[in-house]
Amino acid sequence: MSVKIIIEKGRSEKNYWRDLWLFRELFYILSWRDIKVRYKQTVLGAAWSIVRPLLTTLIFTVIFNRVAKLPAPAGVPYALLVLSGMLPWQFFSSAVSEASNSLIGNTNLISKVYFPRLIIPVSSIMTSLVDFAITFLILLAMMVYYQFIPDIKIFLLPIFIVLSFLASLGIGLFITALNVKFRDFRYIIPFVVQIGMYISPIGWSSSRVPEKWKLLYSLNPIVGVIDGFRWCIIGKEELYLPGLLMSVAVTAAFLYLGIWYFRKTEKSFADNI
Amino acid sequence: MPPIIKVENLSKSFIISHEGKERYTSLRDVVAQQAKQLLSFGKSKNVATTQEEFWALKDVSFEIQKGDRVGIIGRNGAGKSTLLKVLSRITDPSNGRIEINGRVASLLEVGTGFHPELSGRENIFLNGAILGMSRAEIKSKFDEIVAFAEVEQFLDTPVKRYSSGMYVRLAFAVAAHLEPEILIVDEVLAVGDAQFQKKCLGKMQDVSKNEGRTVLFVSHNMGVISQLCNKGILLTNGEVRKISTTDDVINQYLSDGKAESSFHHEASKINSSIYFNTVSIKDTEGNRRNNFSVNEDFLIEVILRVRDWNRNLLIGLTVQSRNGDYLTTVINPYENFLQDGDLLKCFFLIKGNVLTPNPYFFRLAAFSDNEHFDIQEMICPISITDTGTSMAKYEGINYGYFNLNYEILKK
Repeated sequence: MSVKIIIEKGRSEKNYWRDLWLFRELFYILSWRDIKVRYKQTVLGAAWSIVRPLLTTLIFTVIFNRVAKLPAPAGVPYALLVLSGMLPWQFFSSAVSEASNSLIGNTNLISKVYFPRLIIPVSSIMTSLVDFAITFLILLAMMVYYQFIPDIKIFLLPIFIVLSFLASLGIGLFITALNVKFRDFRYIIPFVVQIGMYISPIGWSSSRVPEKWKLLYSLNPIVGVIDGFRWCIIGKEELYLPGLLMSVAVTAAFLYLGIWYFRKTEKSFADNI
Repeated sequence: MPPIIKVENLSKSFIISHEGKERYTSLRDVVAQQAKQLLSFGKSKNVATTQEEFWALKDVSFEIQKGDRVGIIGRNGAGKSTLLKVLSRITDPSNGRIEINGRVASLLEVGTGFHPELSGRENIFLNGAILGMSRAEIKSKFDEIVAFAEVEQFLDTPVKRYSSGMYVRLAFAVAAHLEPEILIVDEVLAVGDAQFQKKCLGKMQDVSKNEGRTVLFVSHNMGVISQLCNKGILLTNGEVRKISTTDDVINQYLSDGKAESSFHHEASKINSSIYFNTVSIKDTEGNRRNNFSVNEDFLIEVILRVRDWNRNLLIGLTVQSRNGDYLTTVINPYENFLQDGDLLKCFFLIKGNVLTPNPYFFRLAAFSDNEHFDIQEMICPISITDTGTSMAKYEGINYGYFNLNYEILKK
């Protein structure tokens, strides 16, 4: 097999996407490394992936349901409402933070070896996907506990999982590339994630947002995802379609921006990091 | 046959800033700068004064044929590492073009991507994948790698518990089993113990000589370069100074480095109370020279400035090979030399017919039993040339550095 490589200034490799495919094993192994290393030297280990969502769900249920007296749709335990929103939010927020820090966390690789850099942020999102799967099991367990039978629509859930993946990927790529040059984002991200937790409909249903603000509210790409999750899992409220489309559009825009900016700056990562 | 690597007019520049600030820019700086530029319309040139373009590589062109083992040498900052980084596609060139016909693996650091928490076994797979090996490839060579690294018992121990020697061995073992068409190696052999270094060199030699792979190799160790490589590229300040056989290039490097075969220190720059002021090599007539024939005597003239005589000052002179090995040392108390004010003048007369035809360097040390005042290594290069001894026909073969004083007995 003869490979011909041409290196020139600013030449975007024609076979970038093929290279990405050739390096898929590196992708697997980096994902595997991140997952494996995640809970090393912790006592509870992977149990952290269970404890965290459970505790947050408990706290949100107490605050929004017991203290703020927000109602859940008839026949739906409030905890289930919270967890079905927590599930995509947790994935989204941890994926964005992991991806944003992924490049500077792998400085030694970037400055010493060549491979399509896209592998790093994408593989870092995989760890969040594992946590997502665990939280999903908790959700199933909770359904059993409450003897709640989900709608048939639950089979549409993968669509929204993909949507949340793409949303976090787009934003994560954009920020991690910026982060290489401007370390400010290291501080911005936790802050934004914290705010996002309050302004996204996690502890409450987005049906409480006044009609005229709904479309604007859906500019937050995770709103469409959370609504979609609730629609699939609980299925009591109609899906607000314009809002979903808005979230999809914002996600697509971020994805485009993220990939474009990442590819544009990728070649100078080693010089700037 | 077309060259396996073709480099044309390659340049790489960096922007260096003179404020000595951190390597990364902060968003605030950029915003502030943009604002400044907006406010001061035309006269916004003041930004440029703090930054300067630095050319790490300038107009570098060369070709490498398949199966060549090329040593890249040059002083620190000559652009060697930058060249390797551009060739391995880690960083983008600023100008020029490179054509590579084959799979490249680069080894710019030992153990890139090793994760301290993972076991040796896991790190072999991780590191292998990072260097571009497929899982199947690693699996088939796994036992070989482990045997090479000599870490069998510790395979399932996290590498953070490894000794540094084990760590290096394991890391190098993975790299040594890479089988790309082109292997790019930065100065990685400098780590590890001598015995293991030898083993690695042997392995690399095997790979390149017997299997016809192309190797690009950077090292400061001329001995290693001359052993391993058949071609050399000398870089000076980012430019190609010479491309030729390894020996030619090494000789060029050595004579470039120390064109003046004397050594001089500005008095004002030194704080030490005792230091070497000038060292020069002269022939017996007193003329400065750095090339002598085998049978010629020559002088090493050393002048020390001594501001404090109340110490048991000793002067050591070592003859060094071009690889920096210490060949022999003589040590004398200062009373043996000529005192002249605050200067100590030492003349060493080196007899002919002792040193064999080779380049040599010197180390000078001023010290007492419990203190070092000044040590200068690899200074004042000279070369001894064969002018018709019985060994002349063996020129080019390394037969050692000294002529032995011996007799043959016939009974």
